[in-house]
Amino acid sequence: MSELSVNHLLGIKYINEDDIQLIFKTADHFKEVINRSIKKVPSLRDITIANLFFENSTRTRLSFELAEKRLSADIINFSASSSSVKKGETLIDTVNNILSMKVDMVVMRHPNPGAGVFLSKHINASIVNAGDGAHEHPTQALLDCYSIREKLGDVAGKKVVIVGDILHSRVALSNIFALKKLGASVKVCGPKTLLPKYIDSLGVGVETNLRKALQWCDVANMLRVQHERMDINYFPTTREYTQQFGLNKTMLDSLDKEIVVMHPGPINRGVEITSDVADSKQAIILDQVQNGVAIRMAVIYLLASKINRDEN
Amino acid sequence: MSQKVLLNAKEVQIALHRLACQLIENHDTFTDTVFIGIQPRGVYLAERLKTLLETDYKLKEIKLGYLDITFYRDDFRRNDKTLEANKTKINFIVEDKKVVFIDDVLYTGRSIRAALTAIQSFGRPSDIELLTFIDRRFSRHLPIQPDYRGRQVDAINNEKVRVCWHENDGEDAVYLIKN
Repeated sequence: MSELSVNHLLGIKYINEDDIQLIFKTADHFKEVINRSIKKVPSLRDITIANLFFENSTRTRLSFELAEKRLSADIINFSASSSSVKKGETLIDTVNNILSMKVDMVVMRHPNPGAGVFLSKHINASIVNAGDGAHEHPTQALLDCYSIREKLGDVAGKKVVIVGDILHSRVALSNIFALKKLGASVKVCGPKTLLPKYIDSLGVGVETNLRKALQWCDVANMLRVQHERMDINYFPTTREYTQQFGLNKTMLDSLDKEIVVMHPGPINRGVEITSDVADSKQAIILDQVQNGVAIRMAVIYLLASKINRDEN
Repeated sequence: MSQKVLLNAKEVQIALHRLACQLIENHDTFTDTVFIGIQPRGVYLAERLKTLLETDYKLKEIKLGYLDITFYRDDFRRNDKTLEANKTKINFIVEDKKVVFIDDVLYTGRSIRAALTAIQSFGRPSDIELLTFIDRRFSRHLPIQPDYRGRQVDAINNEKVRVCWHENDGEDAVYLIKN
């Protein structure tokens, strides 16, 4: 198989295992490219990409931007804080205005879940979801699974625990979909207030004791506590959260086996993960960031190759 | 579909030896020379020539890299299918080296055009030569000609030349395939 089954990357839910494997295989080649002294290929010379960020982002935006530049695409950037969205323009109008400037692809982060899906039904461009509310963040899940594959050889058969704020996390949902599609076993771990009510329907295990969860797993993905999405108090104090669900070096060293520690960033050092864990050999946090560029290059390359030249 | 044998195993072997000797004439000890096999099918020929030069002609280890040109091609989005990449493996610097591109069939010249761009990501070679096993005459789209050729072939557009290598296809042979 050499082609994606979809024209947009809206979520992991909408793609299949073959798509994921194709993205990984393509990312392998791009990983080699970005480690050359000249890190650029001319594939997307005639493609223009708009990065629409209706919500703050540092890592993801830089990673997408770098991926696009490495592929030689032309890019325009847009952030909601400095735009006409503040003046009351609708999403479709904003995007259609941008598309009328001959843009082929849209990378969008939006605070509302389903914004990407909605847009894909109304506009004529390839869309990559860079995070929509608490819904999905597909490229993050892809790069997480890719990093596991790189570190442990394969994702199938591995045991992965996702720790922390599952309720507000698009990273958690996309990761669960991707890991399950690739044949891994998944458990979530966190305070009951931060676990979604119907989490069982996703086919994942639930564990509220961090030590037990870590004893079980090969990989621990430590999520950030998203204070900005919490309108009420989900746990008494940050300190209590850290005591129960924070990963420290003492606990990591006391486990029977060496597990891999991941974090999608940004890290709240001393909350969900201590500094000595984040900087330890077992943490692959910076590998995740590097792989992010390769994965995003692969996604953009594969989607761009499906854009019909005649339509432009 | 019909096919005609252009070269049999023995003729392939003779052509390989001739190419090896021509390379020695120009590159002597190969100290500043590197081989670049063009992915996917140029690498078999490159491996063959390297082994031949090292065993039969007693040359010291010749540097060989694989170059994939997929991301440099000029037909991105012009095909129905997504172009699938292969592995690039160049573990040396080509700066100031004499580079020999090795590919199995030279047809339009577009692959070599892409390879000329791609190799620049690995440094600035002192010069670049092109070795091709089959040179399809009169079919070039670009002003690119080989420095070494195994055999020149006149094939019309709906004909295809297929080079088979023992390690991949079970036999050494060159076929002309008509649809």
